[in-house]
Amino acid sequence: MQALVSLLKRDLSLAYRQRAELMQPLLFFVLVISLFPLGVGPEPKTLQLIGPGVIWVAAILSSLLGLERLFRDDFSDGSLEQLILSGTSLSGASLVKVFAHWVTSIFPLIILSPLLALFLHLTEPMYWALLKTLLLGTPLLSLIGAIAVGLTVGLNKGGMLLALLLLPVFVPLLIFATSAVEAASMGLQYNAQLAIIGAMLLFSLALAPFAIAYALRVSQN
Amino acid sequence: MWKWLHPYAKTERTYQLCQLLLPWFSVFGLFIIILATVWGLAFAPTDYQQSDAYRIIYVHVPTAVLSKSLYIAMAVAAFVGLVWQVKTSFMAMMAFAPVGATVTFVSLVTGAAWGKPMWGTWWEWDARLTSQLILLFLFLGVISLYKAFDDKQQAGKAAGVMAVVGIINLPIIHYSVEWWNTLHQGATIMKLDKPSMPPEMLWPLLLSILGWILVCGAISMLRLQNEILQRDLKRPWVVKLALNEHVWGDKK
Repeated sequence: MQALVSLLKRDLSLAYRQRAELMQPLLFFVLVISLFPLGVGPEPKTLQLIGPGVIWVAAILSSLLGLERLFRDDFSDGSLEQLILSGTSLSGASLVKVFAHWVTSIFPLIILSPLLALFLHLTEPMYWALLKTLLLGTPLLSLIGAIAVGLTVGLNKGGMLLALLLLPVFVPLLIFATSAVEAASMGLQYNAQLAIIGAMLLFSLALAPFAIAYALRVSQN
Repeated sequence: MWKWLHPYAKTERTYQLCQLLLPWFSVFGLFIIILATVWGLAFAPTDYQQSDAYRIIYVHVPTAVLSKSLYIAMAVAAFVGLVWQVKTSFMAMMAFAPVGATVTFVSLVTGAAWGKPMWGTWWEWDARLTSQLILLFLFLGVISLYKAFDDKQQAGKAAGVMAVVGIINLPIIHYSVEWWNTLHQGATIMKLDKPSMPPEMLWPLLLSILGWILVCGAISMLRLQNEILQRDLKRPWVVKLALNEHVWGDKK
């Protein structure tokens, strides 16, 4: 337990010292979203219509960008190998690492989301729905994403492959999340969608750590 | 059952099993496909609503059925490989994967060709089309992950993990997409009560599904044999086999 706590502290402080790198996916997120009004025209009605989808797609893409750092540095400097050899539960350690990664590189996206809701003219109920889906859905992105990152960490050119592996897997999340926001825009209940996303989150929370640990062992060979 | 399955962890035994089954699968498969296709295209009655355009069903449905089955087969092979550390299992997984991807692609193309006269559009973001498209992406993801590794043993494990993640996701994708949008006609054969198709149309369809299953099985077995030979190139049994083949080929 103590090992896991110190691992968490280590990851958080490492992330804090690499603030510039953390900023990149965040900037990417904002940039992609601000491209859409330029592309489809500034009509508030259109923007409101595509807004939830655009924000979610941008969140998925930028989390893909950020995910690569999850194990990369640890893999290249050998501390991942030490972690595997150390005898602490690797699945627990990967869960801690995913959590640290979510806090440092995905949570800022959620903090920025009110600004983006303004950009895309989302109404207030739509924004609250968006916020809830982001809070429930982005940990799922990190958990599932970490499996693929674990598998590709040993490869030199993992970036494109990561997207190819993960994007199809994220389709249900995208569908449920955007439909929740859409329901909110029409003043309907969207608890069902939230419940499904929550169920997917709990399910992957239970199983993903083992898959991540296995993936890391495969990569470390 | 384990006692029965266990010998096939050895590549040599699997190779022999494939060798034994291959002629049956390929000959019967080709024969049945030809029979069913000719029957379906030329002799089955015309549909009162879709006229002759419906006949593409004899290619479309078998490929669509097989695409999902091959994904399941691939994922089961991956799972067996991951859990029981069977090397041959990963080879089988990679034997299935490209066949499955091809079949999925064929079902998408024939679906588009069918959609044009029926719905008036090549592509519609309909539930089944979309989930089929995503299935194709899942296949391609597994294949490209496998290809990215130099060490085939490691590649098998990594692609296996991804295949298992995909199979857990597949029903979720299927239902989420279904719920998202539906235009595709409902299931015709797999209804538990009476199939909504007259028997003269149904029989060639069932036959062509069987034919496609056999042919896909045959292609997968051929691929598996190739993979086994490539990996075990230096093993004595392969060397012996190659020598025998050579002698046999010369018609001594």
